This record gives sequence, C-alpha cells and structure tokens, in this order.
Amino acid sequence: MLADFGYGILVITFLVSIYAIFASVFGQVKKSQKWIESSRLAMQLTFPLTTLASLVMIYLLVSNDYNVSFVYQVSSRAMPTYLKVTALWGGQAGSLLFWSWLLSLFMTAVTLRKWDRDREFLPWVVLVASITLAFFIGLNVFYENPFTRFWQTFSGVTPATFRPAGAIPFTPADGSGLNPLLRHPGMIIHPPMLYLGFVGFVIPYAFAIAALVTGRTDDRWTHITRRWTLWAWLFLSLGLVLGGRWAYDVLGWGGYWGWDPVEIAAFMPWLTGTAFLHSVMIQEKRGMLKHWNMILVILTYSLVIFGTFLTRSGVLSSVHSFAQSAIGPAFFIFIGLTFFASAALLIWRWPELKAEAQMTSVLSREALFLLNNLLFIAILVVCFWGVIFPLISELVTGAKVTVGPPFYERATGPLFAALVLLMGVAPLSAWGHSTLKTLGKAIVRPLVAAVIVMAAILVYFVLNPHLINGYFPYAVIGLFVTIMTAFVTLYEFWRAAEARSRAQKENIFVSLWRLAGRNRRRYGGYTIHLGVILMAVGIIGIEMFQTETQGTIAKNQSIQLAGYTMTFKELQEFDLLDARGAPMQNVTRATVDVHQNGQYLTTLYPRRDYYYDSEQPMTIPGVRSTMQDDFYILLVDWQPMSNIGATFKVYHNPMVNWLWFGSAIFILGTFIAAWPEKDPEKAPARARKSSLAYQPGD
Amino acid sequence: MKRLTFLFFFVLVLALAVGMPASAQSPNPTPSDDEVNAIARDMYCPVCENTPLDVCPTQACIQWRELIRLKLSEGWTEAQIKQYFVDQYGARVLSAPPAQGFSVLIYIVPPIVLALGVFIVLRAFRSMHKPLESSARETPPATTPDNDYLRRVEEELQKRD
Repeated sequence: MLADFGYGILVITFLVSIYAIFASVFGQVKKSQKWIESSRLAMQLTFPLTTLASLVMIYLLVSNDYNVSFVYQVSSRAMPTYLKVTALWGGQAGSLLFWSWLLSLFMTAVTLRKWDRDREFLPWVVLVASITLAFFIGLNVFYENPFTRFWQTFSGVTPATFRPAGAIPFTPADGSGLNPLLRHPGMIIHPPMLYLGFVGFVIPYAFAIAALVTGRTDDRWTHITRRWTLWAWLFLSLGLVLGGRWAYDVLGWGGYWGWDPVEIAAFMPWLTGTAFLHSVMIQEKRGMLKHWNMILVILTYSLVIFGTFLTRSGVLSSVHSFAQSAIGPAFFIFIGLTFFASAALLIWRWPELKAEAQMTSVLSREALFLLNNLLFIAILVVCFWGVIFPLISELVTGAKVTVGPPFYERATGPLFAALVLLMGVAPLSAWGHSTLKTLGKAIVRPLVAAVIVMAAILVYFVLNPHLINGYFPYAVIGLFVTIMTAFVTLYEFWRAAEARSRAQKENIFVSLWRLAGRNRRRYGGYTIHLGVILMAVGIIGIEMFQTETQGTIAKNQSIQLAGYTMTFKELQEFDLLDARGAPMQNVTRATVDVHQNGQYLTTLYPRRDYYYDSEQPMTIPGVRSTMQDDFYILLVDWQPMSNIGATFKVYHNPMVNWLWFGSAIFILGTFIAAWPEKDPEKAPARARKSSLAYQPGD
Repeated sequence: MKRLTFLFFFVLVLALAVGMPASAQSPNPTPSDDEVNAIARDMYCPVCENTPLDVCPTQACIQWRELIRLKLSEGWTEAQIKQYFVDQYGARVLSAPPAQGFSVLIYIVPPIVLALGVFIVLRAFRSMHKPLESSARETPPATTPDNDYLRRVEEELQKRD
C-alpha cells in the first residue's frame, strides 16, 4: 500500500536526521572529517526523502485515495486537480510534512555551498538543521502521520497507522473537501511563502549557533547568512502580504488585517527579522551590537517555532485543548529547550562578543538604527503580550478574555508612525557621527516639499469638510510623516543618480539603474522604504477614512455611500457542477449596478457560495477598484423564497490599492537587495568600506 | 375669563400637537443595521473566535445582533447592552479586556517593557564619547553630507569604473 510506503519514508527520514545529529557531534568530538562529511551527506539525503514522501502524499490526494484519513479530510472528488495538490498544506499533518520538505530543501541548499573558509561551522550548522528537521519529521512520525488509514473494526471505523487486529481497510466514497476559504489563489500561494520564510530563518540561526559554539565571533556568520536572511525575509513578507490580500478578498469584512493571533504569529518573526536586517549593518560597519544580533536571531528562530506552535497546537482555542493536543506539549518542550540552550551558549560567549567601538553621536546612523530596533521590539512586545495574555488570563483566573484590534491598533499605531519617521531621518545621517546641523541641512529640501504637499492636502480637506472625521488629526500627522519620508527617499535616489549622471555624462535613468546594480543592498533598501511609504498611505486611507453601511433593500432600491449609489437589480441562485456533472457548490449571486453622481460606473456581483462537500459557505465581495478607492459590496442575507429583498454590507475603502501597489514595490525592493552579487565572497562588507565616509542607506 | 379659557385650550392644543409625534414614536422605531453594527463591531461571540460580531455570518451571531437591536429599541445605551452581554457570557465578548482586576496587566506590561528598553538605549547613549582602546574598525570621520556628498560619490564612481 502506497500510504504505508509513504510512512516508511517518513520513518527513514527521521532516522537519517537522527544519524546526521549523531555524526556531526561525533565527527566534531573525534575531529573526524569523514564523520562530518557523512553528517553533511545525511543532511542532503533528507531532501530526496522528504520530496518522495511529499510526492506520495500528492499522488494519494490526486488519485482520491480516501482510505487515507488526511486525503479524506482535505479533498474531495469535486475539487480540481491543482487544488488537490495544494491540499497538501490544507491540514495539520500535511502542512507539517510540507514544512519539513521546505526545511530539507533549504538546508540541503546551504550544505551545497563552498565551505572552504568556514569549515568549522559545518558540523554545527548540520546539527542545528538536523535537530529542527528531526523534530518536525518526528511530529509526523509519532503524532500527526499524514499517511494514517481508515480501518473498519467491530466497533466502527477508526483511523490508525497500523492495522488494528481483525480490521479491514475502509474507504469512504468521497472526501470532506478543502475548507472553501482555502480555495482562493492567494491562499494557495500564501502558506508556501510563509513556510519558506519560516524555514529560511533557520539558516541564520544555525550559523549563529555555529559561531557561538566555535567561538568564531567575528561577523563572518552574518556575512554568510546576509542573503539567506534577505530571501527568508522576502518570502515571509510575501506570505504576509498575500495573507492580507486573501483576507480582503474572501473573509468578508472589508479589511486586510484583523490582528488575529494566527496573523500575529507570522508577523512576530518578521518584526525581529526586520530589526536584525537593520542591526546587522551596525555590526558590519562598526563592530557593535554583536550580542544584540545574536539575541535577535535566536528570538526570530524561537518565534518561528512559536508561531507554528500557536497555529498547530490548538492553544489559541483554549489552554485545555492545548493540553489535550498531542503535539502542543512537544512543541512547548522543543521551544523551551532550544531557547534556553541558545541563551546558555550566548551567555557563555558573552565576553567574546564585545563591541569594537562605541556610539559617538545620538544622531549617528547606528544610534538611529538602535532606536529603530527599539521600536520593532516594542511592537513585538505588544503583539506577543496580546497573543499570550488570553492564555495567561485563562490559566490564572479561569476566564478567557479577547484581545482584539482596538488594543493592537492603539498600542502599535504611534510606534509604526515613529518607525516611518525614523525611516525618513536615518538615511540622511552618517555612520559614526552626525550633528543636528548636518542632519537639518540634509533634510531641509525634503521637508519643504513635504510641507507644500501637505498644505495642498489640507486645502483639499477644507474644500471637502465631509471627509473630516475623528481620526483626522492622526491622519494629518501620519500623512505628513509619510510624505516627508517619501521625499527623503526620492531625494536620496536623485542625488546619487544626478551625481553619477554628471560624472559619467549619461542619462539619469541609466545612472540610476547602474547605481542600483552596483549597490543593490542600499538601493534595494530604499525601494523597500518607498514600498512601505505607499503601503502606509493605503493603511492611513482605509484605517482612518473607511466608511460603511448596511441595509436590506428590495429590487431596484438603492443604498448610498461616499458618493456612490448601488442599486440592487437581481438575485440568482444556481448550482455549479464539477467535471462529473455533480453539484459542487450552490451560488447565490446578486447583480448590483453602481453609479456615481448619476453616472453608471459598473455592475458588480457580490455572492455567497455554499460548498456541498465541506458544508461551509464563502462570501465573495463585488468590488469596484481604483487607485483612489474601492467600493466593496458584500451580500449578507436574502429572502430565498421570494427573491425580492437582500441585505448588503457596503464599504468605501479610500486609497486601499496603494497598500497592494506598495506591497509590490516592497517585494521588488527585496528582490533587488537579495539578488546575488557576481562574486560576493570577493567583496565582504568591511573590505568594500572604502573612502566613502558618508554612506547613505548602507 | 373667556380669554383665559381660550388661552387654556390654545396651550392644550399646542401641547397635544407637539406631544403627538413624540407619543406616536413610542415604542422606539426599529434600530438600523448600522446602529446595531456600531455596537457589534466591538464584540465577539464566544463560539466564533476572532470574527467580530458585526460581520460574523453564523446563526448565533445573527441572533446576538437581533438581541442588540431589541435592546436598542427598548432604549438601552451601548454601555448597558455591552454590560448585559458581559454579565451573561463574561468579558471575552468585548474586543478589549476591561482595565480592571487581572486584565489591567494587558495595559501596563507593554509600557513597562518599553520603558525598560528606553532605559537600556539611553544607557547606551550615555556611554558615548568613550571610544574603546581596541577599536579595530575604521570609524568614519564626521562630515558635512551635502557638499562633500556629490564629490565623494563621483570619486567612488571614478574609482570603480
């Protein structure tokens, strides 16, 4: 049976991981290159093994083998083939297997690099990676076997890995089907991106631990892992953005971020990862913050595991379901062990991680980066405390509480605004020393431009006083900070491109292109900043100026909002059939005409789908989308008997598309920054630090 | 007397005329969906975790919204309605815990940690201007960015090209 073969592969992968752990330690103790090489090969072997296990699972999904419990839970005959493939990460057991597969892919890739200059790191990198992989594969082998089969016993049908005595295999006629919310294209790509981001951060952690164990506390480990970290950060960012878009498209509440604990679980490692990407520059440039960088990498790894634990253990539902969950305590122990072992190593090496310089100016680049780190960590503390407080409250008082968006928004709003402000000031300061005078001189032009644009925006509001609401003062502050930061960033691009254009007598766009090509990290970083600025404008638009209304109307009646008029024209109910001609989902679809100032704009079709296999509904909004705003209509309810009336919830989301456009720029910037140099080994950070005393954006 | 009687009836008629619409409005008109959602937005039902009450499509949440509508039509205030649900189902129905009892910790721990972080950063700033003897790295000298900047970029580009 193929399922048994798949399980056998998982067991072998687990054993190979354990062997890699043993061989790396033994090789190090015995100073035996043969054992160390053997551990590396064992690590590399896990990739084909997990690939094989994943392919077996995918085959079972595609071939509708409902004898396998996981296949039954996440797929059905009505689902198209591509959805059956993506159902691999549509349930707990499969997503753990997928996690392991991606981890083995990353770790195999890293073990294939040239190790000539870093031989001493190899066994420890293999050790950390193998421990992590053994843990995740172990979860599959011992607790969440995706290849568990159904068995018919005397007492009924039961899922089990091994055949119970006297049982015969049981195969249901059809599966339960994938949760409809997971059938959106965004959700198909979103989990792989998040997982790639998660597993990617295992690499800097593995090298950091290797540096601590071997005592090689220079910044070689940060140099090796710089691009790996950027790629991990890119995938995690992409995962978060896609998750937001998915929420906007299918969750049916007109927003993109609900401060849901699952969202926050993915956001927390992003926060520490972003802080690390900034602070590691201080180590490379000034030899400072070595302890802090280690702490950030250890925190990021722990938060990656913690995030997976939060979403997989059932602890978010209740501490009691966590206690009943098989994998919850296992995760808890693993997080505890790895965190305390890492902390112990760090304390052991603490004296050797002494800074090689000290800060000399409050306005220096490193001082501003330190403030940036403080803000990221402050946001992390708010998020972490907000996520775990309901659990602590339940444990201590027996009563659960809800920590929802109002808490997070009030606590993090000023911190995000301060971060954007720093993003505007920091590129103008110099490494080592800056004064108020030099900084003031550099910022004056962008500041004047920002004041002019802000004045124009205020005039617009004065001419349209109905747009002014209770959030207006906050919006003005937010917009001013954002616009100023935008001008600083554009000014930085222009100054360098203009200088090169004059020196080389070439077109300014050619200069810009070549400059960016020569210093991808700097200009990639600036592009990311531009993306964040655009996203901030979108967030200010939807968070502070969103309006909504809800009403029940009959055919040809209208609802008005923000200058738009939606008129309910028709309601249709019909079944969509699968490839075999069987009903797959029931669709209730409203036809709505949208007008603005009496002029017809478009026809929208908000709908509610009901999936027969999973017995779950999905709300799909009708959206008229422009860069100025989104007119977003949800079909909330209707009278099925008469089809004459329906309830609609309508949102007006100003500027929301700037968020998505900014996200695309953000991702583009990360690509630029992460794209490999021709030969990075020949150009280490400190060696390149040449006569340029003032290095904006480095 | 006649005048007084006329005045009395005039005031009576006026009072009735003014009072009629008010009494006609009682009981209160059915609150709109927007009025219900304004309260439901900040509430969660215990079953549908992480889905605000105003957008949750389940039957239980629809019934809760109708209960809010009923209470509003009976003249209850937002605070009274929320307290009613808290009394029935506990503080978890609110989108943020009330700042009392154990829940006060949710509001005071982050500022304390932030203050600690600020203290650490300030300490780092206070120890400035004490360069280490073993300063292995090149510390770039202070510079005036604006004028020197273009010259340096050009120098750098000349050198690289």
